Parts: sequence; structure tokens; C-alpha cells
Amino acid sequence: MSARSALGSRTAALPAECDVAIVGGGVMGLATAYHIAQTSKAKVVVLERSYLVSGASGRNGGGVRMQWGDEGNVRIMMESIEICRGLTQELGINLWFRQGGYLFIARSAGGEARLRRNAELHRSIGAPTRLLSGEEAREIVPELDITGVKLAAFNAEDGVVFPWPFVWGYAGQAIKKGVVVRTHTDVLAAEHDKDGLRLRLGTGETLWAKVVVNATGAWSHDLNRSLGVELPNRPHRHEILSTEPLKPFLDPLVVDLATGLYFSQSTRGEIVAGITMPGPHDTGTTVDQRSSLGFLAHLGSTLVSLMPRLGSLKVLRQWAGPYDVSPDGEAIVGPTPGHPELVQVCGFTGHGFMMAPAVGRILANLIVKGERHPMLARWDPARFATGNSDRREDMIIG
Amino acid sequence: MTQRVFVCRCEDVTVAEIDHAISIGLESIEEIKRYTGLGTGPCQGKECTVALVRLLLDRGRIGADAVQPFTARPPSEPVTLAELATLEPPRRGKS
Repeated sequence: MSARSALGSRTAALPAECDVAIVGGGVMGLATAYHIAQTSKAKVVVLERSYLVSGASGRNGGGVRMQWGDEGNVRIMMESIEICRGLTQELGINLWFRQGGYLFIARSAGGEARLRRNAELHRSIGAPTRLLSGEEAREIVPELDITGVKLAAFNAEDGVVFPWPFVWGYAGQAIKKGVVVRTHTDVLAAEHDKDGLRLRLGTGETLWAKVVVNATGAWSHDLNRSLGVELPNRPHRHEILSTEPLKPFLDPLVVDLATGLYFSQSTRGEIVAGITMPGPHDTGTTVDQRSSLGFLAHLGSTLVSLMPRLGSLKVLRQWAGPYDVSPDGEAIVGPTPGHPELVQVCGFTGHGFMMAPAVGRILANLIVKGERHPMLARWDPARFATGNSDRREDMIIG
Repeated sequence: MTQRVFVCRCEDVTVAEIDHAISIGLESIEEIKRYTGLGTGPCQGKECTVALVRLLLDRGRIGADAVQPFTARPPSEPVTLAELATLEPPRRGKS
């Protein structure tokens, strides 16, 4: 492997055929490629339409938490955080992983009930979540205005990462293990050919694969539609901002359940913040990555009232990225109904990045060994057609 | 010019680091930004983008006609959260 393509390239040579073609060079696709290459001799190709880190994997807030409302999600994030602990060494790149915890605050009776239920669940499966009063929350974040706070929940093992090196790290190691990562190459369509799929590429090339993985998240419709597949996940624009860097002063990522505001201090020192926006949400399939002044206004006023000292902090930049929202908030992972050669890994509804370390391994084990992790039953892409879709999670933020 | 010259003063990105990014195959300014952090500090690329472009041209990595700066992100200058908090709240449907 030449140094020239150590992180993928538009000129990486494609084979005519491969075992697994992964469409989408985000964290899901690259983590999956890495684990397949680590556990098998399969020939793997990753195709990315733009450059790596161009999509949602390069646009999210980097939060990593095990504080979920549903047992399966808590467990999968315990698995993911366990992987994160050794991942800087494993991938050979600084991921800026910092376990400062997640602090949830509740101001309503409903929010309080959710945090109590979560803490009980977490205790029963060994996730170290503690319930705190408003005053105790202020011991962790002294600048918080705790007026009206009924209850808070804190888990010291939750944390934040810097998403960019995470993606580069998986790419670099996957390539070292023989994966071909081709950037700036669009997949126009997939067609059945022999017992696999043939991908027609925007460059005029074609690539045949025994298995194709659709890891394009919010952009997944076009590839699915070329095979006549309709799945109900839809892109939803989510905005975020970051500020000038400060010396470390804020340990946890703070989430205000009442407003959907979240903010953390990255290891680079910036405050990174996002919020649930009022107003109707776009339900089309087009990804919208525009930034808005309305977001700055709404986030600014909400954040400053929760933590008035941040008022003098300057915002350096804002951007947007898509959540890939599935109707029941559950991911869509596994063979596609009617097209078993096409494997989905989509629909993560805003928490795909944090789950990717575990999901990459789970999906690789499915593809290589046929091993079925318990979460694959509920993530089954066929559930929408069979009416087995069920909303289990009420801790989706943003 | 020594390898310890800074291209991006906000994020301490040096010529050596840009050369490393080039050596592992990164070609565009968007990629180099996301690999090195160049342009993500207080100046948001206003000081360093031109220096980076000159370096890429010097190294023969891009042609002058192919130069694309990375996407400019609002706000155009740093603004305090308190100032933003005084803006009108978003109207429904205009978020």
C-alpha cells in the first residue's frame, strides 16, 4: 500500500470484484470495514462520494453516553465506551476521548420520572448512573442556574470524542489491513448480477460485490431506490455550533431535558452546543445542511439563561448535519427485505456516531460469521413491512 | 523556510504537519482542515487559508484553477452568546 493512499484516495485502484462493497465512508462504513478486515480475508472496498468526514460523521457533537432509557441501548453503549477506552491505541490516532460524564437535568415531573426510571434500569445492568439534586448538580457544574431543577442524573463514564480523528483512525487502520478506500466516487445504482450486486459508479467503472453495505445514513435513499427498496428513514437537519476555546472548566456534557439543549467542552477547549429546534420538521428525502440565524438566537438565549456566565463567550462557527431519523427511533441494520445481498446500516436517529464502535463489530460479525447480535432482531429492516416496529427509546436528544 | 513554521497560528498547525497530510494522500483544503484542524480557530481560516494554498501550489499538489477554500461558516466574525440571545426568537417554519 503506497503512502499516497494511506487515508483513501480518488485514485485508489478498484478490483473488478470484491466480497464486500461498503457504500459510504463515514464512521459506520469504515468501522465495519476495519472489523471485517481484522477478522477475515474478505476483499473489502469502501466507496465514498465525497471526501472522508464530509457527512454526518464529521458534523456531530461527539457525545458518547450510556445514559439511555432502553436496556438494549444502554448495553450497546456500554460496549461502545469499553471499545473507546482502548481505541486511541488500537487505531494509532488521538481521538480526544474524555470521560467527563453526562449530566442530565430535569425540570418537569415527566423528566424527573424518566431520570428515576433510567437510574433504576442502569443500576440493574451495571451502568454507574447516579441521581442528584439540583444543588448536587451544581457541585459538578458550579455555573449552572438550577432554578426549577427537580432532579439530575450523572454518569461519570459517559464522555466526548473529537469525531474527525475517529473517522481517519478507522480509515487508516482499515487500509493497512488491505481495505481499498476510494473517495470522490458516487454509486449511481445497484443491479442484481449472478448471486451478488453490481454497482455502477459515477466514474464509469463498475464493481461487483457478493455483499453491498449501505452505510450512507441520511443519503441512503438513492442506492435503495435503484433496487426498488423503500425504507422509512428520513434526513432531519440538526444544527450545532462551537465557540472560542477556553481552558478546561466544564467536565460533563450537560443536557437540559426541558429544552433539548446540550453542551460540552471538547478536549480542544471549545464549547460545542446544539438544541431541539421548534417548528415543523422537513419530511422529504433531501439532505439540508444550511445554517440558520434562528438556531443561533434560540441556542444563545437558552444556553445563557441556563449558564449565564457563558454570555461573554464568542461563537466561532455554526454548521448543520443530518440526523438519519427512523420512524421508531431504532436503527435499521441487516439484510434488506427481498434483497439479502444489500445490508443496511442506517436510521440511527442522531446517535450513530457513538454506537459505531460497537455496531462496526456487530455488523462485521454478521457478515463474516453470520453471528446475530441480539440488537439485530429489533434493528431488522423488515420490521416496518411486518408491523413489528416499536418505539422503545425516549432519550433521543436534538 | 523551516519545517517549524506555522501555517495556522490559531490551531498551531505547522508546515511539517501539512507536508505529512500531503504525504498520506490528502489532497483538498477540506480534507486538510479536517485532518489537521487548520482554520478551525478564532480566525476561521481568514489568516491561514492563503498560506495553505501557497504551500499546496508550491508542492505541486493542486493547480491554481482548482483551488477551493473550505466552506465558510457563519458568523463571519465571532459573536458573543449574550448578543445572540438578544436576537428575535425563530418563527415557526423559518427555523
